[in-house]
Amino acid sequence: MKLGKTQFVRNIALGLASFFLISGFSTWVASSAAAAGSTLVGEIKDVASTPLSGVRIDVTGPNGFATQVTSDAMGKWQVEVTSTGIYDVTLDQSSLPSGQALTDVTKATRKINVLMLGTAITVLFLIGPGAEKTPILDQSVQLLADGLVLGIIIALAALGLNLVFGTTGLTNFAHGELLTLGGLLTYFFSAIAGLPVFAAIPIAVALSAFIGGYLQDRLLWKPLRKRGTGLIAMLVVSIGFAIFIRYVFLFIFGGFTRQLPQFAGQAGLEIGLVSITPKSIISTSVGLLLLAGATFWLLRSKMGKASRAVADNPALAAASGIEVEAVIRSVWILGALLAAFAGIMVTLNQGVSFLMGQDMLLLIFAAVTLGGLGTAYGALVGSLVIGVLIQLSTLIIPTELKYVGALLILIIILLVRPQGILGRKERVG
Amino acid sequence: MDFIFIAQQSFSAALGVNTIIFALAAIGLNMHFGYTGLLNFGQAGFLAVGAYSVATLVVSFNFPLWAALLAGIFNSVILALLLGLPTLRLRADYLAIVTIAAAEIIRQIARSATFNEYLGGSDGITGKFGKDFFALNPFKSGLNTPFLRYNGNDLWVVITGWALVIVVLFVMWLLVRSPWGRVLKSIREDEEAVRSLGKNVYLYKMQSLIIGGIVGSFAGFVYALSRQSVQPDNYGTALTFFAYTVLILGGAARVFAPIAGSIIFWFLLVFIEQMLRQAVSAGYIPEWLIGVNQVGQIRFMLVGLGLMMLMIFRPQGIFGDRKELALDARA
Amino acid sequence: MPAPSQNTSRRDIALAALAGITPTPGVSKPDPIIVADHVVRKFGGLTAVNVSHLEIQRGAITALIGPNGAGKTTFFNLLTGFDQVDEGSWSFNGVKISGTPPHKVARMGMVRTFQLTKALYRLTVIDNMRLAATNQKGESILRAALPFLWNAQEKATTARSEELLTRFKLIDKRDDFAAALSGGQRKLLEMARALMVEPELVMLDEPMAGVNPALKQSLLGHIKDLREEGMTVLFVEHDMDMVRDISDWVIVMAQGVIVAEGPPNIVMRDKAVIDAYLGAHHDSTLEQDRG
Repeated sequence: MKLGKTQFVRNIALGLASFFLISGFSTWVASSAAAAGSTLVGEIKDVASTPLSGVRIDVTGPNGFATQVTSDAMGKWQVEVTSTGIYDVTLDQSSLPSGQALTDVTKATRKINVLMLGTAITVLFLIGPGAEKTPILDQSVQLLADGLVLGIIIALAALGLNLVFGTTGLTNFAHGELLTLGGLLTYFFSAIAGLPVFAAIPIAVALSAFIGGYLQDRLLWKPLRKRGTGLIAMLVVSIGFAIFIRYVFLFIFGGFTRQLPQFAGQAGLEIGLVSITPKSIISTSVGLLLLAGATFWLLRSKMGKASRAVADNPALAAASGIEVEAVIRSVWILGALLAAFAGIMVTLNQGVSFLMGQDMLLLIFAAVTLGGLGTAYGALVGSLVIGVLIQLSTLIIPTELKYVGALLILIIILLVRPQGILGRKERVG
Repeated sequence: MDFIFIAQQSFSAALGVNTIIFALAAIGLNMHFGYTGLLNFGQAGFLAVGAYSVATLVVSFNFPLWAALLAGIFNSVILALLLGLPTLRLRADYLAIVTIAAAEIIRQIARSATFNEYLGGSDGITGKFGKDFFALNPFKSGLNTPFLRYNGNDLWVVITGWALVIVVLFVMWLLVRSPWGRVLKSIREDEEAVRSLGKNVYLYKMQSLIIGGIVGSFAGFVYALSRQSVQPDNYGTALTFFAYTVLILGGAARVFAPIAGSIIFWFLLVFIEQMLRQAVSAGYIPEWLIGVNQVGQIRFMLVGLGLMMLMIFRPQGIFGDRKELALDARA
Repeated sequence: MPAPSQNTSRRDIALAALAGITPTPGVSKPDPIIVADHVVRKFGGLTAVNVSHLEIQRGAITALIGPNGAGKTTFFNLLTGFDQVDEGSWSFNGVKISGTPPHKVARMGMVRTFQLTKALYRLTVIDNMRLAATNQKGESILRAALPFLWNAQEKATTARSEELLTRFKLIDKRDDFAAALSGGQRKLLEMARALMVEPELVMLDEPMAGVNPALKQSLLGHIKDLREEGMTVLFVEHDMDMVRDISDWVIVMAQGVIVAEGPPNIVMRDKAVIDAYLGAHHDSTLEQDRG
């Protein structure tokens, strides 16, 4: 693509202007979110990932620093420190609920070396069953519920990825950043612009759909398609794009995990054997509605059917009068919308950081591959299976390795049934 | 603005430890992706296996260094087999996903608290496991010239590292121009045609995966020994993607391209960072535009942007042949 | 099989061997190189191939014809190991090869070409040829890095490649990338390359597809030469002129089943064959209706 001189100059000017905008913006954001030091954070959970609240954490450090915090309803605690040095973080075992104990009592105190400021350091305490063991059935049901919620989050993200792959052939490694975008925009509109979270969410979703869906296709992928760029080349471009966007997020919002100003700590409701927070109930229900809506759109609406036609055979679809570009545009917008909400669901529970997209991306790929690349329901089925598998696996393997379990399952499935659960058994090799 | 300092830093970086590490990683990737068409997105995993083998075996099990290095090579062969056996019969995208997953599994296990005792958890392993290696150093005083500046240890790593790179490159060159290399290049073009001529495609792909993986583990050795430390988060997907950037910058499927790509990559990265840092401290760039802490982030933004521009406008890299690329019906 | 002498070509021998055979589907041949039994391949609900018995005569040129979707290429893929069969077995020179992977089938002496030519674009013409040579020491990873172990063999391979390229009139393109060749030249290259393997049986999948008339004669000549050199040829084609011109025996498939086989002139007039191509209500011969 030979660029004319005026076009070249115009692009440079646009680039510089965007950079100034982003930079100024980032300063505004940084000044609103005070972060003059480092934060020690942690999450106290039992083997079933149920948060343990009211657990006391003592922190002592250089210059006579000493403080005590208590884990909140989500089991979370955090301590701000303003100087570098070695800190002792001790878990007060007497404050653990009955039936819970440190798996290794010699590790009640962790030594944390804060090397530089401006970071968040996670402190891990492994909690296991003490004298009383939670029955396996109760644990399993809770984990199943958690797994379904996780599955719905992944499904929202995976559906968009699958649709884009189906209609354009692009494996978009930058898809995870759409989740981050949704979370960060919600954070911006609520924590910085001051809107209530309920209002921030729809604004963030709409804006994400526009920027991450419409604009991304219009400004980046559509021109590449027109040039006839190959699929592997576009894959690598998406990798570069993901890296770029991720660091733009870091540049603007900094490295900390940001929590939303409301609902950060919420007690769980006991419903039968399951403990679930009201915000989870609401967000999961909305998520399910969105999924149902998207599926209905795919099956029944004119655009939806057209998109399945394009995914099946673009040349034939175009020849039958379907406007392929319009279909691709709507697929991108829908995909970005769903992914943004998935990011918001994650943000509601654990906050948002610039790395959220990267962390989720692999799970999304696993779900799509498991379900069957390119199939309509495949992403849905695969996501639910992955979500449930991840959570249930913690019955057997340590919680911190639960993603490993999911990835191993993915590899095994590829060995045994490479077309995925719903894929057709065609030549995959 | 201290331009002499900037020049010294940039040129030292261009020929320095990071360049060697990424050159080796990219040479391995060149075998996989450049010559055989294998989408290995888990090269970081091979580096991790090499690095951790050395660190763990010397620190926790008191292996002599040379034995740990051999074990590292052996482990990378095992990893290649584990990755290749299920996936080399499948479509290219499946290999991509499995290799990313595998590298991520390795990183998660390395940073887990469960294996803390041997693998060091999220803090990694720091220790004098390079003792035997640095004991051989005849240049303990380092180097201090206007363009290049290295301390004693780094100088030794740089010298031995480049020697290693040259040896590896020579072997690669021999392999690539042999009939074996010809089969690989044919596989990249069209596997079915190669099968119809009686060649066992699967075997060749596996051999390519193993060799590229071994070279990747060499990169891991340099990474671990140069710092006498291994940190799990250094071996994430970012490492693999930067290796790809280096490879594509130089021009995939050119034997010496990974070296050129790596030198240019690190020169630019350090040069830009130093220029920005000094400009910001000197006040040429206002604080509200770029804060002092944000200079590092800009570097990575530029890497991402650079990779995109490369693939869009010059996918053949600096030394690749546009014609050769244009002929590929697939890409 | 008797060897050709001064006055009898291999063509004559082939025709003589096939002369007395009754032209019915599945009939046995005096010296079969391939024997296939009960070969079935289904895709979902559709039965693509259902061949109860088939024998291919050694040293002859056999054509496999039939309307689109008859299962010819699928049958090809099955025989050469490029697709997996649901039921059935077949043998090559008496050795059972069903289930053998395609590269092993090729090494046993059964080489195929593809409908869409698979010239290796980013390799030069001479490299395309050199690739195909068998038993190359330099292809072993253990020897590859030590050129002195395989240099001599490589020189011999190059010489043989150049001989074949000269015969196929491609020698001037020796150092060009295969992508720079025209479609017809790529077809010639694929055929020349197949000969480097020194096969016993050459299976050509629509060799005339997309080839201009001038080149067609050249290709026909090369195929006849294959027979003269003692190879057996099996090809799939739609071009009836070609089929009539050079085949010694014709097999007709329709909807996965063999509906007829025999010498070309007899098969072309067979009612079952005409029905298969044109639908049941037609009473002219294939040749009359060729427009």
